[in-house]
Amino acid sequence: MKKVIVIGNGMVGYKFCEKLHKADQNSRFSISVYGEEHLPAYDRVHLSEYFTKQSADSLLLASKEWYEEKNIELITGTMVTRIDRENKKIVTHKGTEAHYDILVLATGSVPFVPTISGTDKKGVFVYRTIEDLENIIQFGKEVKSAAVLGGGLLGLEAAKAAFDMGLETHVIEFASRLIPRQLDANGARVLQHELEKLGLTIHLNKSTREISGNGRLDALTFTDNSKLDVDMLIISCGIRPRDELAQKSGLKTGERGGVIVNDLMQTSDPHIFAIGEVALHNNMIYGLVAPGYEMADVVVKQLAGEDKKEFNGFDMSTKLKLIGVEVASFGDALAESSPHRPIIWQDALSGIYKRINISEDGSQLLGGMLVGDAGDYNQLLQITKNNLTLPPNPEDLILGKRAETDAHEGISLPDNAQVCSCEDISKGDIVEAIKAGGLEKLEQVKAVTKACTGCGACTPMVKDIMNDCHKAMGKTVKQTICEHFSYTRQELLDIIKVKKIKSYDDLLNAYGKGDGCEVCKPVIASILASTWNELIVNQDTIQDTNDRFLANIQKGGSYSVVPRIPGGEITPDKLIVIGMVAKKYELYTKITGGQRIDLFGARVDQLPDIWEELINAGFESGHAYGKALRTVKSCVGSSWCRYGLHDSVSFAIRVEERYRGLRAPHKLKSAVSGCRRECAEAQSKDFGIIATEIGWNLYVCGNGGANPQHAVLLAGDLDDETCIKYIDRFLMLYIKTAEPLNRTATWLNKLPGGIDYLKDVVINDSLGIAKQLEQEMQFMIDTYKCEWKEVVNNPSLRARFKHFVNSEETDSNLHYEVVRDQKVPAAWG
Amino acid sequence: MTTLLNQYKTVKPEDVKTWFKAAKTSDFPVDGGACVLYNDLQVAVYNFNRRREWYASQNLCPHKKQMILSRGMIGSTGDEPKVACPFHKKTFSLKSGKNLNGDECDLATYPVKIENGYVYIGFAE
Repeated sequence: MKKVIVIGNGMVGYKFCEKLHKADQNSRFSISVYGEEHLPAYDRVHLSEYFTKQSADSLLLASKEWYEEKNIELITGTMVTRIDRENKKIVTHKGTEAHYDILVLATGSVPFVPTISGTDKKGVFVYRTIEDLENIIQFGKEVKSAAVLGGGLLGLEAAKAAFDMGLETHVIEFASRLIPRQLDANGARVLQHELEKLGLTIHLNKSTREISGNGRLDALTFTDNSKLDVDMLIISCGIRPRDELAQKSGLKTGERGGVIVNDLMQTSDPHIFAIGEVALHNNMIYGLVAPGYEMADVVVKQLAGEDKKEFNGFDMSTKLKLIGVEVASFGDALAESSPHRPIIWQDALSGIYKRINISEDGSQLLGGMLVGDAGDYNQLLQITKNNLTLPPNPEDLILGKRAETDAHEGISLPDNAQVCSCEDISKGDIVEAIKAGGLEKLEQVKAVTKACTGCGACTPMVKDIMNDCHKAMGKTVKQTICEHFSYTRQELLDIIKVKKIKSYDDLLNAYGKGDGCEVCKPVIASILASTWNELIVNQDTIQDTNDRFLANIQKGGSYSVVPRIPGGEITPDKLIVIGMVAKKYELYTKITGGQRIDLFGARVDQLPDIWEELINAGFESGHAYGKALRTVKSCVGSSWCRYGLHDSVSFAIRVEERYRGLRAPHKLKSAVSGCRRECAEAQSKDFGIIATEIGWNLYVCGNGGANPQHAVLLAGDLDDETCIKYIDRFLMLYIKTAEPLNRTATWLNKLPGGIDYLKDVVINDSLGIAKQLEQEMQFMIDTYKCEWKEVVNNPSLRARFKHFVNSEETDSNLHYEVVRDQKVPAAWG
Repeated sequence: MTTLLNQYKTVKPEDVKTWFKAAKTSDFPVDGGACVLYNDLQVAVYNFNRRREWYASQNLCPHKKQMILSRGMIGSTGDEPKVACPFHKKTFSLKSGKNLNGDECDLATYPVKIENGYVYIGFAE
């Protein structure tokens, strides 16, 4: 057995272990890895998340158990101080020795600290390890302002961290623009403007002369004699390879640092390899993780005796979010030395800047940069790397879809196109895995190929490749629910209705296979509710936890309670009841976006008691926990407002009471505005109603959320009854035909024929189903019951609301803090 | 929080020293879970009626350290029985406790036996 020792347990050192273990089928190697830090390797790329999560565990790449399981000896908190190349052994600072056959240096780098007087003062930090972060967090609690020295990628990461801590944040850059290696002057200006809008202060062309202060820094003085008063300084001026061990051992290193390696990652000693940020390849240090992984792969392939692979440099294209602003650069982004024709598009209003560099003959994309909107990154990167043919008007690449098109990103790529840059997976790898393994689900593709498991940016592309691949294989791409039912939601709804099936088990026995799962259970629960309107807790174990306990689960495992307040209108007496209940059960209260009041922090056993009190005061369930009608907002309308045309409150209450409890493929929101000033924001709702001089305009299929979309006009100037009739038809059609968890907007976007078709069905009854839709809706309205009333009055249902089945104790794991005089759950792990 | 997680260790059937009488079988929802308190431990017990099987695991979600798994939906993938965490829908094998969505964060599992209408959970101490 050959002994492999890895010095350095950072991201690349870890990846090397993982890859070698996987390639070493016959256990020919025994692996030991030495790390200086006490923690096993963690994800340095997402280090700033430590500020929000405050937990090192979630950053760990693998637990200590993982190393044990794979028989990899992990020695943390130990520094290797000497390599005895003659006898092939290493010596640690503790004096222990170990023999190696193969040695891999993955010692990484340290932050580069420029020689400025005062860097030793208290309050000066670097940004590299979890320990650095802990110190920064600790110190940051006591100060008001921070400056980051260095406006590169890492510097802005550090600035984000300081900014998130609530500090007045300054970024100091020596060059005349931010991230000068990735962006040109215009792009950097757009980025700078966006960051300044957020409240950061950017100082350009500044060279720091002195860090002053009595023991602890209080100001920076620049070479132009200007001064900045600041309490804390984070230095982020680039990296310096950790090559001191290599130097001491007589390995060849570069003039400006780094262990010199050849294309096989061999150092000047053929038994010693160097990978990651410590390796100097062709006079280049790679400070990103992807090339480090590639280097690890090169070494593993050699050791495992697989096809020889060489490291031939690495594309430094990158896409990331800097303090909320998307930035990407790819290929030859600046094109400073190659002749080219740039195409530039800038939208100062939205803070978007895009530039692509086209070769002089117009045939190739050389590279470019995106600021503010990096949605085109994948496509542009693929075109650049694979020399794909450009469209006749290359500006189309960045000007977006000016005409409707459903072109997929993945389809025109050659097989060798790299799709996932984190794990170096090509389109060919993905297609092969799908074909060989008969993979049908994105989850399977992720598990087998490891694509999408790093940054996740390639997920949409992998999905398209999968769908195209399925089509090419002649497989019907059918939107079935899950492995247990090979039907679409619409087909299942028809089966349930025609066969009069009322329980999940009956459906599974007759039309499904296996034991069901967390995907099909709630979908079918929703269809059953939309069809038969029976009490959902009769089949409680097929419901999502929110529907099972008729409340919204929150951090910590407590629930929140939302009573229905139709139209947002509430009497002072009822307000007092909510206040009293909240006080009695110590609930956190907050006004929701839908003109209601949410009461947070109820234990599961308290829910029936709380509801009993609310119901006695005349409240009913608000169904905030369900994929159901939530709220119908309203403005005060003509009863108070001098502009109001109609009584929007009364109409909103009528609409809300008509559709309360109606379950649907996704939540439903609505609003009624009393005039076209639109104070109720009806055009952002699944169905929204706006008063006109002579009636109501009915808008449909809008939503807020992640992809906001305006509602579109379905019909105008309607009287009350016609408006209600159209809503009946519209909602029932949506409920019957939408895919699971598609809001009305998504549903409309996929509906063949779009809004014109929808108008035809709803207004002109082109399918001849209008009467049926209205009857089905009437059935739902007639059978409505308040779920909480049913539970409160039923002792056996009430008994289900407890944390332990064998004890009356409550969950001791619920912890709260007090913020602004109310309780909130303790941050989670 | 990590120490909380460390309290839960898988117990193999051959290592059971104590059979804890938890509650009547009828106290557990059909094809669902409920939580049992044993000393300081919270154990989720699943009545997988459809398969005529019972399982037990830690109630603690290893991902966000929430006491929640007993409220998760159960089901199967292929033939593997599983539970889905209500918070972020990560799924775990009920047999092995293995996280079915990735390598990390497995659940501790416990043996369950049914005698005279009562559910017993096996512990190693």
